[in-house]
Amino acid sequence: MHPTNEAPGGGASVSTRVMEIVVAVAFIAVGLVVVHDSVRIGFRWSEDGPQAGYFPFWVGVFMIAASIATLVHAIRSPTARTTVFVTTQSLRPVLRMLLPTAAFVLGVYFLGLYTSAALYLGAFMRVGGGFRWRTVAPMALGVPVFLFLLFERWFLIPLPKGPLEALLGY
Amino acid sequence: MDEFGSLMHGFSVALTWQNLAFMLVGIVLGVLIGVLPGLGGANGVAILLPLTFSMSPTSAIIMLSCIYWGALFGGAITSVLFNIPGEPWSVATTFDGHPMARQGRAGEALTAAFTSSFFGALIAVVVLTFLAPMVADFALRFGPPEFFAVQLLTFCSFVGLGRGSPAKTIAAMMLGFALAAVGLDTVTGQLRLTFGTTELLRGFDFLIAVIGLFGIGEILLTMEEGLAFRGVAARIDPSVVLRTWRELPRYWLTALRGTLIGCWMGITPGGATPASFMSYGIAKRFSKRGADFGSGQMEGVVAPETAAHAAGTSALLPMLTLGIPGSPTAAVLLGGLLIWGLQPGPLLFTEQKDFVWGLIASMYLGNVVGLAVVLTTVPFWAAILRVPFSIIAPVIVVICAVGAYTVHNALLDVALMLVFGVLGYLFKKLDYPLAPLVLALVLGDLAESAFRQSMLLSQGSLSIFWSNGLVASVCGLALLMLAWPMLVRLVRRVR
Repeated sequence: MHPTNEAPGGGASVSTRVMEIVVAVAFIAVGLVVVHDSVRIGFRWSEDGPQAGYFPFWVGVFMIAASIATLVHAIRSPTARTTVFVTTQSLRPVLRMLLPTAAFVLGVYFLGLYTSAALYLGAFMRVGGGFRWRTVAPMALGVPVFLFLLFERWFLIPLPKGPLEALLGY
Repeated sequence: MDEFGSLMHGFSVALTWQNLAFMLVGIVLGVLIGVLPGLGGANGVAILLPLTFSMSPTSAIIMLSCIYWGALFGGAITSVLFNIPGEPWSVATTFDGHPMARQGRAGEALTAAFTSSFFGALIAVVVLTFLAPMVADFALRFGPPEFFAVQLLTFCSFVGLGRGSPAKTIAAMMLGFALAAVGLDTVTGQLRLTFGTTELLRGFDFLIAVIGLFGIGEILLTMEEGLAFRGVAARIDPSVVLRTWRELPRYWLTALRGTLIGCWMGITPGGATPASFMSYGIAKRFSKRGADFGSGQMEGVVAPETAAHAAGTSALLPMLTLGIPGSPTAAVLLGGLLIWGLQPGPLLFTEQKDFVWGLIASMYLGNVVGLAVVLTTVPFWAAILRVPFSIIAPVIVVICAVGAYTVHNALLDVALMLVFGVLGYLFKKLDYPLAPLVLALVLGDLAESAFRQSMLLSQGSLSIFWSNGLVASVCGLALLMLAWPMLVRLVRRVR
């Protein structure tokens, strides 16, 4: 459903129009969910005042109405069709940032924040930045150690810890 | 001169060694945040907020508000030297600031920017000192309908004053309200929009949203633009500062106009970014040298900087007096007030004198300290920007993750931060404004309860919103704001 056409930067691209439509439809969907849930818990007037869904109901209605306006505008707009939202070329650096970050967040669940941060920093600098190991190592190890001292020692705020910290006795 | 006495009392609160130290730390951190891409006033304060939970509220707000001033100052450094706005409100500063730097007048451009910021902030603080107690006094008489009317005005102003599509502004705002509604409804005790999961019981915390939308979203955008920091070297020595200061009084009218625009846009929640653009545009139209704007005119630096800083400062006025923040950063500070156990609103001025006047006094001091810090440390900040982005970006992401986690000690929040980050990236690319979303998320519960209480008073009739002169005129103004984009279009068509 994504029409791809040749972009000036080279490679396939997605037009702004397609993205506008996708986001507006997503907004309408969220609006429908809000309205549905508000109807479920009651959006009218009971003896003791407005029901729980009264306010969110209208929030959902306004969201749907505004997004339909955006949708119609996007479909009819002549400029949005030709403007490029993103090309594969420009998407690459975004994904190069996003995917490791997602891996880092996932890593926090299993390895704890400190270990995951060290791996993330190291991988990012080594692969993304092409730095030598002797530049990578101090940063990748230094930042988590500093964070550890700052939070666990000085501010006494525990951050998520994993198997490595358990091994070290924390 | 009751305010003067209160202000002196405020200075006695703010002028302790401890608070001065917090002030300095705040300013330095703030400039750093303002300089680094991906960290800004709003998410910088949001990340540091959990660290202040155990501090006294007065010291905490002094430090956090100083981060805000520092970020306002810091945004100008990247704009002038690197042509990269560190903050959205310093975009307009690049128009003339960077050409000046390219002509070898970086020191002058920076001095002009910092001094203008200082001027704008100082006037805004004076306005705040004398106007805030009056507004608070007036607001003491407000009932739920009046509060709802003022909130309605706040949100409608986004539609009226915003530069983008009104439909997108409304959609983003409603998303904020919807997210605010998630979780336990405190009035009826019913669960809303949780779909049976216990994780969503807490609802969405706006701090997580701020960190994700502004922090991660910004980093993704920066990556896409593939920034290479090619900057102009800068040194500021006393002779440059003095020379610039001798030249600046010539632009007093521009500065004053910028400040007034800023104060207006800060109090009505237009915010610092539109204020800076508006001030630049008006200065360009009215200046004798208007045609040369964009080629390195000092006046073109003075105009946006005074407005941005005045708007940023005066955004605290509605936050303190009505509990309605005028900017996303003010919204985060408001969240801080709630966490420290202070109820924002008119009563703050009568019940928490130390806090309020300590804060206001610290705004005077903080801006003096800020000006001194930025004027002396420019080369240092410029050096930081030469650190490759592939080192800075992951460090900022880790800091954001730590900040998101420490808000509630919840792992889910770190994942949510990432989701909000992607959302922020999409929204920015499609021109959905983020400020109304954040403000709706912060104010959602307050707005809803004001609305409900009004409805209870009137037995469900909307007529309560025009039942007296005050509430009717505020509501009328709000509707005018809402209809403003349509009216403008109509007038254009008739012409």
